[in-house]
Amino acid sequence: MAAIDDPVRRAAEAVARDSYGKLIAFLTARTGDMAGAEDALSDAFAAALSEWPKSGIPDNPRAWLASVARRKRIDQFRRRRTRRDASEHIALLARELDAARSETAAIPDERLGLMFVCAHRAIDPAVRAPLMLRTVLGLDTASIASAFLVAPKTMAQRLVRAQSRIRLAHIPFRVPEASELHDRLADVLDAIYAAFAAGWSDPGGTEIRRRDLAAEAIWLGRLVASLLPDAPEALGLLALMLYAEARRTARRSDRGEYVPLAEQDTASWDQEMIAEAETLLRRAGGMGEIGRFQLEAAIQSAHVVRRVTGRADWVAIEQLYAALESMTDSPVVTINRAIAVAETQGEPAGLAVLDSVAGDKRVVDYQPYWAARAGLLVRSGDLAAADRAYRRAIGLEADPAVRRFLIERRAVAVGSDIEFGPWVPR
Amino acid sequence: MQYLLLIYGDENAMAAATEANAGKMLAAYGAYAEAMGKAGVLQGGNRLRPTSASTTVRVANGKTTVLDGPYVETKEQLGGYFLIDVPDLDAALSWAERCPGASTGVIEVRPIWAM
Repeated sequence: MAAIDDPVRRAAEAVARDSYGKLIAFLTARTGDMAGAEDALSDAFAAALSEWPKSGIPDNPRAWLASVARRKRIDQFRRRRTRRDASEHIALLARELDAARSETAAIPDERLGLMFVCAHRAIDPAVRAPLMLRTVLGLDTASIASAFLVAPKTMAQRLVRAQSRIRLAHIPFRVPEASELHDRLADVLDAIYAAFAAGWSDPGGTEIRRRDLAAEAIWLGRLVASLLPDAPEALGLLALMLYAEARRTARRSDRGEYVPLAEQDTASWDQEMIAEAETLLRRAGGMGEIGRFQLEAAIQSAHVVRRVTGRADWVAIEQLYAALESMTDSPVVTINRAIAVAETQGEPAGLAVLDSVAGDKRVVDYQPYWAARAGLLVRSGDLAAADRAYRRAIGLEADPAVRRFLIERRAVAVGSDIEFGPWVPR
Repeated sequence: MQYLLLIYGDENAMAAATEANAGKMLAAYGAYAEAMGKAGVLQGGNRLRPTSASTTVRVANGKTTVLDGPYVETKEQLGGYFLIDVPDLDAALSWAERCPGASTGVIEVRPIWAM
């Protein structure tokens, strides 16, 4: 049994990877019923696993799955006989079925439309990335929930709610027209980047589900970049993710200790990924429409140039952060610019930039602000102030490896360990 | 696909508006309704009297309770509605954002439950 079963299962899994989103898109496009499409498709995959061992793997497995799934859909609609519109749906689906028989292989790729549905402005921004992972890639809810640090039940509820909104509010299934493509694409790219960030935040790669999520996000990024090859921000996002992914393993030493970007061994970066990112970024840059993701990718490029020249291009980094700052109004960007300014104009200038956001509520409990401050204060010789900033940063950090790194840096700079006296509110 | 555009706004502000401003507002609504009519999407719509004219009815255990005033007291009140028929939510949202009330209050877009 296993001998027959395994190649069949492999064929089904192979077709699943690339077909899942295509089939969901195809099935959802006409009716907007994403949950129904998922049910039908999972029935179709189950049918494939029971029938293919007897009948052999069909020549076009995707067309086979599509036509079984659509038959399941018709059954679904028949079961809901109380609905007046059921007969219309049946007629519609029957027509599709006939069309599919005549054009055996031609299942159009409507995954882009599917992504625009998932990232629609009427969908809660927090659920856009999970919805995309679920519908375009077929990731199971438990994996998505663990990557986004949410209980599986909660994630399942959010996904169901979003899918029912799509159907009931009739969110259209199409790629927006040129006039609104720019803004709407930004939402799609943000959702993909959110998925990537959820995977990226596990630097040790100890949690397989989260590590995989970064790879899945890159896969989505490749899909968008291939379907919209003239959209510079789509290329910019893919480049940005590749630059980051290229340095994934370099973020930790062999002993699991945190290694900051400036001290990473450039030989441990993935040169192939960096080369691909550079090509993408150049292509995007040639299209003459700058955007957030291209700027962030360009910053990465100016950092990784160190592998060739031995030093990051801090002048470029400072300028790029300034451009990004004018675009985003994010104190995080300002903090990064301050670090670059310290490299190009000296520590006092860098600290002055940090001071400009010191009153911002968003940085008060933001570890990188205090770590940046501590680093610049050490270099400018103000060890007492550096000590205070280091303590603040250490107290705010959640990642044990980064916390150990900060404790060590502080000890080296200040020359003493943190004393563990009674806690006194200041 | 039918959608109801529910127009919420501060009715006290509307009542306090000068005659000239109120006139401008009504003219804007007139033009808006006309544009929807020309586009062939408008199915109906009305302006509502303020909530001070509202009466709430509830039947519990066979007993009818009638109260003066709206169901819930809110900072912004339902002041009117339009019923439109458009292909999808994107089209409904683009009409909602053109509604004069969208820049002074909020438009809620609700799909009609087709029976």
